[in-house]
This record gives sequence, C-alpha cells and structure tokens, in this order.
Amino acid sequence: MWTLILRDWRLAARRRVEALLPLVFFIVAASLFPLGVGPEPQTLRTIAPGVVWVCALLASLLSLGSLYGPDFTDGSLEQMLLSGRSLPGLALAKAFAHWTVNGLPLVLASPVLGLLFDLPGEPLLTLVASLLLGTPVLSLLGGVGAALTLGLRSGGMLIVLLVLPLAVPVLIFGAGSVVAVSSGLSPEGHLSLLGALLLLTLLGAPWATAAALKIALD
Amino acid sequence: MSTPQWHSLSQFIAMDGYGLYIWGAYGMTLLCMVIEPLMALHRRRQAWQSAQEMAATEQEEA
Amino acid sequence: MSNLSWTTFAAPSKFEWLASALMPWLWALCLIMSAAGLYQGFIVAPTDFQQGQSYRIIFIHVPAAWMSMVLYMAMALWAAVGWAFKVRLASMLARAIAPTGAMFTFIALWTGAFWGKPTWGAWWVWDARLTSELILLFLYLGYMALTEAIDDPRRSDAAGALIALVGAINVPIIYFSVRWWNTLHQGASISMTAAPKMASTMLTAMLLMTVAFWAYAFAVVFTRTRAIVLERERETQWVQALVNGRNGRNARNGHKE
Repeated sequence: MWTLILRDWRLAARRRVEALLPLVFFIVAASLFPLGVGPEPQTLRTIAPGVVWVCALLASLLSLGSLYGPDFTDGSLEQMLLSGRSLPGLALAKAFAHWTVNGLPLVLASPVLGLLFDLPGEPLLTLVASLLLGTPVLSLLGGVGAALTLGLRSGGMLIVLLVLPLAVPVLIFGAGSVVAVSSGLSPEGHLSLLGALLLLTLLGAPWATAAALKIALD
Repeated sequence: MSTPQWHSLSQFIAMDGYGLYIWGAYGMTLLCMVIEPLMALHRRRQAWQSAQEMAATEQEEA
Repeated sequence: MSNLSWTTFAAPSKFEWLASALMPWLWALCLIMSAAGLYQGFIVAPTDFQQGQSYRIIFIHVPAAWMSMVLYMAMALWAAVGWAFKVRLASMLARAIAPTGAMFTFIALWTGAFWGKPTWGAWWVWDARLTSELILLFLYLGYMALTEAIDDPRRSDAAGALIALVGAINVPIIYFSVRWWNTLHQGASISMTAAPKMASTMLTAMLLMTVAFWAYAFAVVFTRTRAIVLERERETQWVQALVNGRNGRNARNGHKE
C-alpha cells in the first residue's frame, strides 16, 4: 500500500501545478463571496463556515478526475487489478494519497480564509478541526464516484452530481460545528458526528470503490 | 347528509382565494401524470418499431 | 441464442405478457381511486380551521412524497437483485422506476412550494422534509445521469445498482443530518410535518390518492420496462415473433424506404 501512496506522491510532485489547482480554486472561490455579499464583517463572520466548507467540498470534488483517470488511461490500473492485490486496500491507499495532496492543503489554508472572513480564534480552530475530519471523508466518497465514472466522457461533472448529495451530512456537521462555537455552544456534538462519519466511510467506501472498479474494468 | 360546501362552480374554483395555489399545484401534478405515461408509451412504440425494422432487414437477408 | 440467459427466473417474455394483461386494470384502478380521492378531498373533507382551503394540497403532496421515497427504495432493491443474481429483468425494472420516482419527487417539491407560499409566505422553506426531498431528487438525477452515460448495458446496470445502494444507505444519514441542521438553525418551527390535525375524512382522501399514485406508478413503470425490454431484447426470437406476429404483413412486404 505504501508503494502506491509514494507513487501517487511522486506523480503529484511531477505535476505540481495540477496538484495545486484545487487549493487555488479553494482560495479564489471563497474570496469571491465577500465581493458578492459585501464587506460587512458581521455578515462575513456569519457566512464564513458555510462558504469555506462549500468551497472545500467543491475543491475536493473537482480534483477527483485525477484520482483514477491517469492510471486508467495508461493501463496501470488494470495491471494493479490483475496483480491480485487487495482492491479495498488499493482504494484506501489512493484515497489517502488524494487526501494528502488535495485535502490536507485545504485544511492548512483554511486559517488564512478564516482571517479573510474575520473569524475569531475559537471558531477558526473549530473550522480547521472540522475540515481535518471532513476532508478525508470527501476523498473516500470521491473515490467511489471516481471509480464509477471511470473512462466516461462526462466524468468530471458526473462525479460532482453523484457525490454531492452523499457529502451533505459532512457539510452540515462540518459547518455546523463552527456555527455552534460562534453561538457559544460546544462543537463536541458536531465534531463527534463528523468523526463517526469518518469511521463509517473508512469502513464502507473502500469496499464500494473496489466494487465500482471491478464494474468499470471487467 | 350534511350541507354541501360548494354552492357554485366559481366558488369552487376560487377556493376562498387560494385558487391559484391549489390549482397551480394540482395542475402541474396532472400535467406531469399525463405527459409521463405518454412519453413512456412513445418510448415503447419506438422500441417496437425498431424491433420491427430489425425483423424486416433480417427477412431480406434470409 | 447467445442473448438468452438461462439463469433468469423472470423471463422478459413472461413479464411482457403479464404487464400487457395488467395494464388496463392498473389504469382503471388509478382513475377510480383518483376520482374517489379527489371527491373525498374536495367535496367531503371540510375546510381546515387554520389553513383554510390551501391545506387541500396535502392530498397530492404527501402521497407524492411517499411515492418518491418508496420508489427509490424499490429502485435500489431491484437494481441490487439484478446485480447480485444477474437477473436482467430486475435491472431493467430498476432503470424504469427512476424517471417516475424523480417525477414524484418533483411533484412533492412543487406542491410543497405551492402549499408553503400561502401558508408561510415563501415559495420555498428549508424545512427538513422538503430539503430531504430536494436531495432525493439529486440522488435520482445522479442515478439517471450515470446509467445514461454508460453505453454497455451490463456495466450501466451494475454501476447504477452500486450508486443506488450507496444512496439508499445514505438516505437515513442524510435525513438525520438535515433534521439536525434544521432544528439548529431555525427558531420558528416551520415544518411541513405540522400538518393540520387530520380529520378522518382528510386521511381517507390522502390514502385514496396514495393508492391511485401506486396504481399509476405500476402502470407507467411497467410500460417503460416493456419499452426497455424491447430495446434490449429485440434480437431475440420471442421479440421477433412478437413484432412479426402482429404485423406479419409488414415484414413480408419488405417495409423499406
């Protein structure tokens, strides 16, 4: 499994610009909202959790084409299947690599966005924590969508349509945790629900992705 | 038998001022439930015709 | 011969026969129940104390919402059966259910909006049930988009089954999270579920309409399934016999442009 992860890291390092695109999208998209809504700090503080989370969601989803796409087109994916290694393990490794390259940078960049929206300290920390828990879920769910749409022309948009409804709970609990803190409540409930979602997805998604890969490649 | 609620057609259509909403809702529902079966029927007819054309071409090849 | 699958226990040819026999009865049931339900809903059921006449929309809103959810589960079930047991007809049935389910979801949303506007002043309220219906619509659209995008029927059916199952498993999670979100953000308890206290006449009307919608769904889904069967099985002997037998003349005359 580690060989797979290292391989994906190496590939991402080679295509650095491509790997950074989701992060850039994340920042640019989130920055558009104040331009659309107005600079009033209280408004921005209110919409910040939702805006940052939706932009993180979209940035994660838009980068999913590169999860299995290149391996599919150059045939290495089929080789991995034939090599007899565990498919759910493969899915888990790919999702982890995807998260480190695409999701983790979003987590690390989120404090900057928090500052742009004038989020005070505690909500800001909660935002980072929620993204830390939530972005892996998005990578895992995205893996299912990416595997299902392997090789299809409309792949990119189709993945978004397939995965977005499934990602709604993550969005609700993620953004909700920050809103709770801003209203003086504890984020514990939301964050533990996020954690539960992460566990559930860790158990279910690799298996579903493996099934989807078999469907796509048989 | 209790007294009837509706004393005239115009009263029935007006629905105490809610007519737009009620008929707007029911109207769209009716529209969908008429169009959808027609579309399904159309699809079936096309499939039937396409199967027939296949029969015709096979007849010629035979 | 290569198209016939000897593992199917539900042969498409038998389904075609069954569906065509049932069709007139299904439509008759639908029309009778609709008439009864609408009569019950508009003539017998009284005016609501709080909501006036506008509440009468629930006679189609609630049955439509029920149908949208039940049909999704049915779609996922048949898709799963088709995938697991390699029963082609089951997969075809699942594909046929999707558009009707999506239609009912749309109706639920539309009627919900037309009920919400006079009742709460807005065309759309983000209450838990309407929001869940909206997400359900996205799930339907995702299934339809995915299955349409894949040309190979086997891959298409299998992929559809997987996404339908994933969706079905997620529906409770999604609904729970939306309920949570709704209670968290709203002070005022605007809720579609706070329907007027049901006089028994109102409940009867709703149930009659539900039966009507069921009969409708069976009729339309079966029609669409028959279409899909013809599309996919058109090279088989029984289909050729079916379309030939009816119009033997056309085949003999070499119907050609």
